[in-house]
Amino acid sequence: MEILEILISANFWAAAIRIATPLIFGVLGALVCERAGVLNLGIEGIFVAGAMAGWLAVYLGLPLWAGVAIAAIVGGAFGLIHAGLTVPLGLSQHVSGIGVTMLATSLSYFVYRTALPNVSSPPRIVPFQPVDVPVLSDIPFLGPVLFSQTPLTWLAFAMVLVVAWLLYRTPLGLALRAVGDNPASVDAQGMSVTSLRIGAVVAGSALMGIGGAFLTMSAFDAFFFGMVNGRGWICIALTVFASWRPGKALLGAILFGAFDAFQVRLQTVIGSALPSQIFLMLPYVLSILALVLVARRADYPRALLQPWFQGQR
Amino acid sequence: MIRFEPRPERNRLLRVAAPIGAAAAALVLAAIPLAFAGAPVLRAYALMFSGAFGSVFALTETLTRATPLILTGLAAVVAFRAKLWNIGLEGQLYAGALAAVAVGSGAIMAPAGVMVPLVLIAGFAAGALLMLGPALLKLKFGADEVVTTLLLNFVVILFVQMMLEGPLQDPMSMGWPQSAPVVDEAVLPPLVERMRLHSGLLVGLVAAAVVHVLFRHTVWGYEMRAVGENASAARYAGIPVSGTLVRVALISGGLAGLAGVGEVAGLKGYLTADLSPGFGYAGIVVAMLAALSPLGAVLAAVFVAAVFVGADSMSRAIGVSSYLADLVVALSLLCVLVGGFVTRYRIRRVTRHHATAGRERA
Repeated sequence: MEILEILISANFWAAAIRIATPLIFGVLGALVCERAGVLNLGIEGIFVAGAMAGWLAVYLGLPLWAGVAIAAIVGGAFGLIHAGLTVPLGLSQHVSGIGVTMLATSLSYFVYRTALPNVSSPPRIVPFQPVDVPVLSDIPFLGPVLFSQTPLTWLAFAMVLVVAWLLYRTPLGLALRAVGDNPASVDAQGMSVTSLRIGAVVAGSALMGIGGAFLTMSAFDAFFFGMVNGRGWICIALTVFASWRPGKALLGAILFGAFDAFQVRLQTVIGSALPSQIFLMLPYVLSILALVLVARRADYPRALLQPWFQGQR
Repeated sequence: MIRFEPRPERNRLLRVAAPIGAAAAALVLAAIPLAFAGAPVLRAYALMFSGAFGSVFALTETLTRATPLILTGLAAVVAFRAKLWNIGLEGQLYAGALAAVAVGSGAIMAPAGVMVPLVLIAGFAAGALLMLGPALLKLKFGADEVVTTLLLNFVVILFVQMMLEGPLQDPMSMGWPQSAPVVDEAVLPPLVERMRLHSGLLVGLVAAAVVHVLFRHTVWGYEMRAVGENASAARYAGIPVSGTLVRVALISGGLAGLAGVGEVAGLKGYLTADLSPGFGYAGIVVAMLAALSPLGAVLAAVFVAAVFVGADSMSRAIGVSSYLADLVVALSLLCVLVGGFVTRYRIRRVTRHHATAGRERA
């Protein structure tokens, strides 16, 4: 009974969307990279860097939106490192991605410790506040779920539309999808495979950076070590689950958010009958299951992981 | 216009120089944030060096730190050679540590001659079994092992926490989440008196020699290399690709599990959930710095360990964050990747005329 009450409460779905927001940015970012043929395992570290950089900028006195922009730029910069190694040099996308994650994470921690050497508890900022959209937020159920969120959540929804429009309705999107499926065809059209791929990885990484910033500037108001906690890897699994489509990415992220919000509530219902770690494991186990379920049918971009050199087949 | 041209044959000198150059480049690049932090760069590096090698104590500390890194590095070498992307070394290390305390902290009583091999076997088996899952999911369902192994790391650490607050908690720990101590018979004996260096190092060195022989002189090793170099050609040549990958997964996971045994039964004496400061991830760097050579992994592990031990001691002396070590290690990985490129390709400047001609042809 209680379980049913949870599932129909607006509060629960509002939490689900809150949890989904960074994942929406992350999955969109990952799919933009992968659609262009580059797996970006830097995502986990780029989340950390975006979370740290955005937060630090605001802590040092910049406005919130400037913090978001800085998180995007920092994310894009790490994306550029990954793109530089994997696109023109054609180096291992797996190893480079892990390296970028390690670099972004350690640099963020180093900068945080250097900027704030002696703090006992993490200092706080005033984060984005939920904004009630006039009229819309008064709609029963949907109002509190969708229209009383923070602006970054709306930005995430908007980015789903923007990415979908770019991918399916513009010549750039067509070229981008082609570059991940059949780069030679793009080259034959006289376009630069290298520039398209680099651009996609930088743009996708900027989205990941904003996803990280959501954690410190909207979900919480401070930066903690280990706060990203595998969210980046979950996004990589969700990207496969979403079969590289922005709409399905949104759906997958919200389903995941709902599941995560549900396990937190279930924990309070069941109480101490089960160890709390069982519940905390569920999101990771679910991501693995989601990946296993779709893996066989997954329609991977055909040139994913394959470097491309001009004039050489 | 710059062009990359494959080198006709691999230059031996370059192959040795590349990882050394990469490590040096990482140290140089890390000097940039170090300088921004306002630290005296040269003094910081001098302190790091003496902190890692400057005394018998420092040297034993470095070798102690290198012990798990040799084993996780070897685990990555075995997996990456066969192009099985086992990024779950951290989880496998914890699985091995968990098995070591499950067997070695009082459940079984036997003389040391039995107990020590027993905890080693238990740890190897636990790590191997943990890696078996992702390998089978890859072979049966096509699930990418990178993602499954990465996600399993989080599951395993939560499982360890659960065990340390539950069945494996030390009743004498006053509620602290830690296991009961490993019994004396199961302890890996120390190598140097009054130092922390323990015989886990010997386990690592033996493992390196075994992996070296495995790859150089056995059919299994040949099959593993063949699968890594070209899986479809290997299949065509009649090599059992799935069986080989399962074997690789078991060996790789088992080696990472041994790293966990050493940390518990050789160094700490009991298990806590913060046993490893990322030895699993650093193992990837060790393997890449070693250019996937098992013997090279020993040297690479000593380098990475020296960076960590040196940075800790430098941090205590001048107050620079010891995350500098993680930064150097991450930069080493990226630099060695570029270094590998330099050994395989020549960088040629192409004149404009040639470049255009090339483009028209393509």
